[in-house]
Order: sequence, then structure tokens, then C-alpha cells
Amino acid sequence: MSTSSNSMINEEKTSGPLYILSALVEDKPGVLFRVTNLFRARNFNIESITVGSTEQADLSRMTITTKSDEKTLDQLVKQLRKLIDVVEVKVLDTERTVYRELALIKMKADTPASRMDITSFASIFRANILDIGKETIIVELTGTPDKIDAFKNLVDHYGITQLARTGVSALPRGTEV
Amino acid sequence: MAEMTGAEALIRALEKEGVDVVFGLPGGANLPIYDALVDANSLRHILVRHEQSAAHMADGYARIKRKAGVCFATSGPGATNIITGIATAYADSSPMVAVTGQVPLAMIGKDAFQETDIIGVANPCTKYAFQPRAASEIPETVKKSFYIAESGRPGPVLIDIPKDVQQEKADMEFPELIKVRGYNPIIDADLSQIGKAVQLLLKAERPIIMAGGGVILSGAFSELQALAESLMIPVVTTFKGKGAFPENHPLAVGPIGMHGHAEANKIILEADCIVAVGARFSDRSVGRFEEFGKGMNIIHMDVDPAEIGKNKSVDVAVIGDVKSSLRTLVKMIPRNIAKKDVNDPWLKRRKELIDYYAETIKDYSRDITAKKSLKKLRELLPSDAIVTTEVGQCQMWASLHFDVISPGTFFSSTGLGTMGFGFPASIGAKAARPQVPVVDIAGDGSFNMTENSLAVSVLDNLPVIVFLMNNYMLGMVAQWQRTFYNRRYMGVHQHSCPDYSKIAKAYGAQGIKVQSSEELEKAIRSGIKSEIATVIDIPIDPEEDVYPFVAPGTGLKDMITGA
Repeated sequence: MSTSSNSMINEEKTSGPLYILSALVEDKPGVLFRVTNLFRARNFNIESITVGSTEQADLSRMTITTKSDEKTLDQLVKQLRKLIDVVEVKVLDTERTVYRELALIKMKADTPASRMDITSFASIFRANILDIGKETIIVELTGTPDKIDAFKNLVDHYGITQLARTGVSALPRGTEV
Repeated sequence: MAEMTGAEALIRALEKEGVDVVFGLPGGANLPIYDALVDANSLRHILVRHEQSAAHMADGYARIKRKAGVCFATSGPGATNIITGIATAYADSSPMVAVTGQVPLAMIGKDAFQETDIIGVANPCTKYAFQPRAASEIPETVKKSFYIAESGRPGPVLIDIPKDVQQEKADMEFPELIKVRGYNPIIDADLSQIGKAVQLLLKAERPIIMAGGGVILSGAFSELQALAESLMIPVVTTFKGKGAFPENHPLAVGPIGMHGHAEANKIILEADCIVAVGARFSDRSVGRFEEFGKGMNIIHMDVDPAEIGKNKSVDVAVIGDVKSSLRTLVKMIPRNIAKKDVNDPWLKRRKELIDYYAETIKDYSRDITAKKSLKKLRELLPSDAIVTTEVGQCQMWASLHFDVISPGTFFSSTGLGTMGFGFPASIGAKAARPQVPVVDIAGDGSFNMTENSLAVSVLDNLPVIVFLMNNYMLGMVAQWQRTFYNRRYMGVHQHSCPDYSKIAKAYGAQGIKVQSSEELEKAIRSGIKSEIATVIDIPIDPEEDVYPFVAPGTGLKDMITGA
């Protein structure tokens, strides 16, 4: 399991299209362990997993992204549904879903030129500069994994020293639930 | 509402679930539970000699009663010892509620004496594992545990109770109804799917039923027989499904698989439509997944949606309790349908294959062989006797040579293949149904692992027969070393140690060493009549192999018959 979504551009260990799964789970100790243990025990490869609170106090939402073939996806969903702490699992239609992740990227910016470049790229990507010093800049960027990959590729040659991505959060558009 | 301790609430809740027997062993962290057991009204406690056996006994009990068996163990090593038994129950979908003691709440995570994170350990081999953090949670936890263990696809549930939670007093409320939000087992199948199954079956020229353990778990014996007879469909079983269908029935072909009946392995490959009922297409049953079932229509009936398409893609999936699905399916078969008769080529083929292999697979010429012994056992045992097995050659010989006549009277550790399972499980079965003879078809290697349960059998008056086919060898491993490793034996010889009839006598049981088929017959008769456990030590030639044999990683068509 890779908890960061770096592998979005790292194709060698994944196959198939990207699927986004949204699961409502009981908000109690041990649930994340049960879910991740299932992935490990059954050899499911996932790209990212995020867990957080929802509109209901006793439920958490897990958003899981995975690149797999349909047969594996089918098993993944069925095995998740089988877990007693998992109340509901949906495979979201990526066309009708808003999904975002957040990235914090620290890179070398030790010349006026590089600082200027990065600042202007950041504004094109609607990213925020969170920290700026003599040596480095930290940029906060929110978007689809592809957008974050694109920004990352653009600034790669300045020298990324640290990167943290949250993994994907997602909700279906409109009145769909 | 009544004030009581967590331990008292546990015992009360178990009694409310109708539990009449628990198998267990006390220790530091479950002493309050044992203290509460002293005042139990209707609970019988059976003291085991090793916690693994407690879980196997609860499992054996469950497979006969078809309700959850209960076992107790203390924290740490007690809890890890029952894990093998829990994993065995999980692999065979057997309902069980295991209750472990845990170190007090404040000590959890401190690497306390006899502390194990048993919730973490048990997670992959239980349907669910609870750890109540307050005594008041115990009644509801017990209720939920039985509901989860016994419904849907059954399985084991663990309740891990910290010692201070056992001691804590609270006003207890015992709920009659509970709901588990994320758990909704499907009972009634989708009618349109059943309709599609009927269409495929009516079209089929060479249909076959593959009955699995799910038929036994849901007690769908008469429903299965009704389906087979309504369209005259031959029935093979998986090994776990052995005894789901009477093996002396004119449509029976016997178990398929690695050590299945040759005729069963052959006929299933010739079918054009398979109805898999409560079966999961395990590698031991069907060989290579991708090869199996090519060009055939597959109808898969199962209670667990996750089994559909897991090992094998199917044409029609009927998800629901197989008893209810089978009943509906039979009702949907038109009554005016022309039945196959004995001249039907497919039914003739069944007969032909059975006759052919009866001739081809020859027995050894010795006076006592596994096959002859088991045929004799069958002849002398009443049809309602319960039979279980150890694991290894003895188990596969039982599958091949012991016909189960009364459905649901045979079980074995088929999924996990746990050596040491049979003997304690037979004691559990005896506790569930004391009025019938119970036999453990054993080998020496496997019996050796839990033979100290003789103390339980003798002291708790649960007499069973250990039918010990003794080659003083880890026989199945030896057979593989003989077949695949050029007879380079390693780690398989037992060197005539110990003397099993003396072991039996040391525990106060009956031990009989037989030398001839006449003595064997006398010993079986004596065991059936005996009021104490009987170990029948039967000499088997260490070179005697189990045939037929489908080598691992190959397909059923590659079966070796040894002829």
C-alpha cells in the first residue's frame, strides 16, 4: 500500500484505470486497522486512503483510490462490504465526482530568479505560498492528483526537498449521494 | 435492570443465548469469569488440557448443533493458543464465540504480564472481534456476537474482556433485539437470478450439482435432494460438502478434488452445466481456477456475495441462504418436464465411470489396509453415527472409503487442515449429540497433537472412538516426499513411539491394538458399546499411498490414479 499518491505518475506497479471508492465506516477504534489489514491480507494495491469525520457524528468517511482491473475492484468492494464496521461502499463515477487532494511542496529557491518563477507558477496553479525563506519555499496546492502531478513536474528541476500529499477526498456532484 | 459484575453478566447472557456447555481453561485474566461460573444455573464447563482443543471442541459442537460453540481462555498464551482453533473455524465457516480474558484496561499497551494484542491477532481469522471497555457493554456485545457468528456465512467471533471490566459492577440491561448497522446478511435471493438458473438447467444435457459446505451449514439436505431428483442431476460434493448428500444415493458420485473420487473428478469435467451450491471453488476442490469449468455454464449459489467471482467467474449468481434459494429453485422447475430415466446417456455415463474406477483402483493385498478398515467401520457403525477426522492421509482415506449415509454426520478441518482437530472436535460433537456413537478417523501424527484430550473424554464422560490408522509416519508428507522428492524422507518417521494403547490406558480409556481384520471388527464393536473412550490402534503399512491424487498446481484432468 502506498499512502502517498506519488504513484499516480509512477506506473510500473499499478495497472488499470483509477477508481475512487467512498466508504462510510463506524467511527470507532480499530476500523482503519481492519480496512488496511484487509488490503494487505488480500493483496490489494491502493494508491491513497484518507479518513475523516462526516456530517454524522458516529460515521467516518474513507476515500480510497486504486488502479486495478474490474475483477479486482469487484473483489475489493465486496470484501470491504463484508467488514462489519463498514456501513456502505460506493465506487464513484469520476466524471460526476469532485475530488481533490492537498499537497505541501518544499523546494529550493535560493536565487531571486527561482523565487520569482516559483511564485508565478504558484499563482497560475492557484497555489498558496505558505513559507518563504532565503533557501526554500513551501507551496500549498489543492486539486486533482493530475494537477498536483503537473505542478510537481513543472517545479521538479528547482529541487523538491520535501513533499507531503494528503491523498484524495471526494464527493459526488449535485443531489447524488 | 439488575446490578451485577461484568463476568456475571457474561454468564447470564450466554445462558440467555441457550448455551449449555463451554469448553475452556482458566488463568489469571479470566478468574472473575470462572468465579461467576460457580453460580451458573445451566452452563456446563468442560476443562480442557490445552486451549487449542477448547476451540476445536466448540467447533465440533457447533458443526453438529448448527449453533455457535463457546470456548474460554485466559489472556496472552491462553488466547494465542485458541487462535489455531479459531482460524480453523473461520476457514470452515463454523459459528463460534470465543471469550478471552485480557489484562486490566490501564495495563493494555504496557506489555504487561500475559498481555497480547489478541484483537489484532484475531482480526484476519474472525468475523469480528470485540473488546468491551465497560461492564455495561457486555450483554449487548454477547448478543451481537451470537448474531454475527450464526447468521449469513457463519464464523467465529472473539470477545476479549479486560479483567477489571469483568469485575466492574453495573446495572445490566439484556437487549432482546439488536441491530448491527454495517452487517446485513442476504437471506432471500433475487428471483430473476433463480429464474435464469432454471433456464440454464433446463437447457443442459449434462448437468451436475457440486454441493459444498454451505449446504451442511444451512441444513439444506432435503432441498438439495429435491433439486437433484427433480431433474435427475448427478451430485458431486467438495470435501467440505461430503455428507451434504447421501453417498449411497443413486445420483451420488462422491467428493471431487485433490483426493476426490476418480469418477467425481472425471464426470465434473464432462458436464455442460455446474450448479455450485454453497461452495467456493477452492484450489483443493477444482485444481487450477482458469482451467476449471471451461465451456460450461456455471451457476453459483452462495450466501456470501464476496465468493461470487472470487476464484471463478460464473454465469448466474444466486446470492442468499442456499436452503431458501434451493427451495425456490425447485418450485420454479415446471412440473411437466420430462425426467431423465436410467437410459439417459448422462446417467449411464455416471454408472459407467463408477464401475470403471471400482475396477481400476485396486486395493493393497494385505489383511488390513486403510480402505478395508474404513469399509469395515462403515459396515458396523449405525448410519446416524457422527464421524470426523484428523488431517493427512487418514482424512483423505476417510473421504475416499467412508461413505456418509445420513446427511450432516461428517465433518473435518477441510479449509485450514489443522492437525489435532479431529479428536477434540469429536468430543465436542459428542457433547452436542451424546446419544450416537462418535468416531475420530485418525492418523498417528495428527492424534499425537491433541491426545491429552483423552483426559476430557474420560473425566467428562464423553466417550468417543479414536480409529487410529497408525503407520508411525507423517504419512501424507511421506507420500509427497516419495512422489515428488524421490523418496528423500526427512522429518516424517515416528519410530514406533508412543504405544497408543498404553497412552489410552494411562488416561483410563480403553486401548486396543489390533493385528488382524477379525480383531479390528471386535474392537470396533467394543468401541461402539463402550462407555469410555476407545483408542483402536490399527497398523497401516507406511508405504500405503492415497490414490487418486491431483498434484498441486495441476487440473482435475491430470489426476493420478496409481493404477
